[in-house]
Amino acid sequence: MAQLTMVKALNLALAEAMREDPNVLVLGEDVGRDEGVFRVTEGLLKEFGEERVIDTPLAEAAIVGAAVGLCFRGFRPVCEIQFEGFSFPAFHQIEGHVRRFRNRTRGRYTCPLVIRMPYGGGIRAIEHHSDAPEATYAHLAGLKVVLPSGPRSARALLRAAIFSPDPVIFFEPKALYRAFREEVPEQPETMPLGKGVVAREGRHVTIVTYGSLVRTVLEAAEELYDAHGVDAEVLDLLSVAPLDGDLINASVRKTGRAVVVHEAPRHCGVGAEIIARIVEDSLLYLEAPLRRVTGFDTIIPYFANEKVYIPDSGRVVQAVLETARF
Amino acid sequence: MPRETIQLACRVESLSILRADGTLDEQLEPHIPDADLKRLYRAMLLARRFDERCLHLQRQGRIGTYAPSRGQEATPLGVAYVLRDDDWLVPSYREFAAHFWRGWPLERALAYWGGHELGCAVPEGINDLPVAVPIASQCQHAMGIAWGCKLRRDGTVCACFVGDGGTSQGDFHEALNFAAVYNVPLIMVVQNNHWAISLPRHRQTASQTLAQKALAYGIDGLQIDGNDLLAVVAATREAVEKARSGGGPTLIEAVTYRLAMHTTADDPRRYRSDAEVAEWEARDPLPRFRDYLRRRKLLDEGAERLLEDEIRQELDRAVQWYEQYRHDPYELFKHMYAEMTPELERQLAELRAYLEPQGAERPAAAAAPVVTRVL
Repeated sequence: MAQLTMVKALNLALAEAMREDPNVLVLGEDVGRDEGVFRVTEGLLKEFGEERVIDTPLAEAAIVGAAVGLCFRGFRPVCEIQFEGFSFPAFHQIEGHVRRFRNRTRGRYTCPLVIRMPYGGGIRAIEHHSDAPEATYAHLAGLKVVLPSGPRSARALLRAAIFSPDPVIFFEPKALYRAFREEVPEQPETMPLGKGVVAREGRHVTIVTYGSLVRTVLEAAEELYDAHGVDAEVLDLLSVAPLDGDLINASVRKTGRAVVVHEAPRHCGVGAEIIARIVEDSLLYLEAPLRRVTGFDTIIPYFANEKVYIPDSGRVVQAVLETARF
Repeated sequence: MPRETIQLACRVESLSILRADGTLDEQLEPHIPDADLKRLYRAMLLARRFDERCLHLQRQGRIGTYAPSRGQEATPLGVAYVLRDDDWLVPSYREFAAHFWRGWPLERALAYWGGHELGCAVPEGINDLPVAVPIASQCQHAMGIAWGCKLRRDGTVCACFVGDGGTSQGDFHEALNFAAVYNVPLIMVVQNNHWAISLPRHRQTASQTLAQKALAYGIDGLQIDGNDLLAVVAATREAVEKARSGGGPTLIEAVTYRLAMHTTADDPRRYRSDAEVAEWEARDPLPRFRDYLRRRKLLDEGAERLLEDEIRQELDRAVQWYEQYRHDPYELFKHMYAEMTPELERQLAELRAYLEPQGAERPAAAAAPVVTRVL
């Protein structure tokens, strides 16, 4: 089909799901007439009308709380939170209710909703617009937490999220929204939640990453191969909850070495869980200490200095070389 | 532009029909068939006796912390009475009278206070949400449900309960604001029981009434005597009819009083006087409604004794069932997701291996689970 940007691919997934299932609703701030601040909901109001594409008053807890109630009336709401930093006014709804209803009612009430939000830094945004809070949400049992890495995975995972019987936090790396185009198949496709993929096969070291940094890591892998003869296997996790432990351990057992790369802070980050899973299941296969290349345990700097915070391919190359040569 | 007064269409009414002294405003008295009056009295008495039994059970260590609803039975019961079966009811945590009216078995309520999720497993066919512990967050769900009622065009409405303390929360405000903007069929009932644990109503908000908060959202607000079942029924009927016919949400402030402690972990003598409690004992909804029925010759001492016996036996049976109820210890993994994740499968196996070691003497604590059939 077409070469699409991630914005267009997400838009396509929403439109496809809404055409197929009249219970799919989109609600959020400026998602209707304005078509979303990143234009992800472009054309939806026109095609589906005000009852299904809903401009809400400015209150994140009410967007998510209303979606919970709409679920109980059989709808599949897709909430847009304008930026990840504004998901916290809705946090008590997500933590206190969205993730708990299935369990506490023994399955009588469930929340098959999606909470989409732009994620991460790299677009020179103002404060509270550049955070990477996936670990905060991944820690909440009952949620699924997804991070696509490009247009094709974004479209397939959003579709899977919308039709998932479980609530999904869907992080959209905003640096990728219009960064590149990718071939997206004609027919709707889905990718399973909780499963990662091998983005590049390799023999010497495993690099585990997801979301915005998959492209950075793939660049680093090319440099490692061309300039240093290190053949890195790159895993794109796509979901951080559930985590694809089998994929990670299978690769590490093959290479014996691993580096985890993410944009979010290191302390209690997803990398810590990945490393714990490797140590628990594959310790005796390891040939070198495990390494993390991540954001620092600081507030992400305001945009003039954000580049030093977000891992770049140079930091990845350096850590992988140290691991490979250990 | 000079300084001018904006003329707002502001009006807050208060409603009381069957007063604490037993006098009745016959002009306002709602029509309730005799058979329903008798059923309502039985339901109110059942809620009161259930409440008393739970306090005993808690004091004997047979259930956990309990939040009593003594004195607040009339409001949830009156609201539930007006709702249709296919309408929705979103409680806070002192509305078991409404749940019982809508068909919940007593056993589920006991299971709730006994620490079992079963108490939140709303029976199929009953459109209620379970108890909501965090304050006022349920208002948002009720708003969403009411919005869904509007989108489904099935003529259903949603009633929600929150306390006077809850009106200070952002969720209360956001829910009413959204409900008004989208004109959804929501009836928001504030049970103003005067105390949010130790904080009195006048320290919760500087507003003269809670009902007047409706005006800021552009909806109707009404204050009623929440201990007067007739006023509750009359006000709810009005709000429900309006909501059903597309007239949007209503805020009802039901003025009542928590006669007992906040929960069994609370000692109300630290913050309020016995004299104040005694004053409200005199406005108790139960004797007030009983005397009304007596005057209408729908109840006599013989019938009351019979009712008391029936209810005692019903409670005995429920307690007996609750005390022999055993749940599956592995159930904690079962309802986290539609399908168990590989990591949860692994953790389940880990727990099972610990509780039921192969080839080893079974520790007493890990006796094979005996699971009781769910009522």
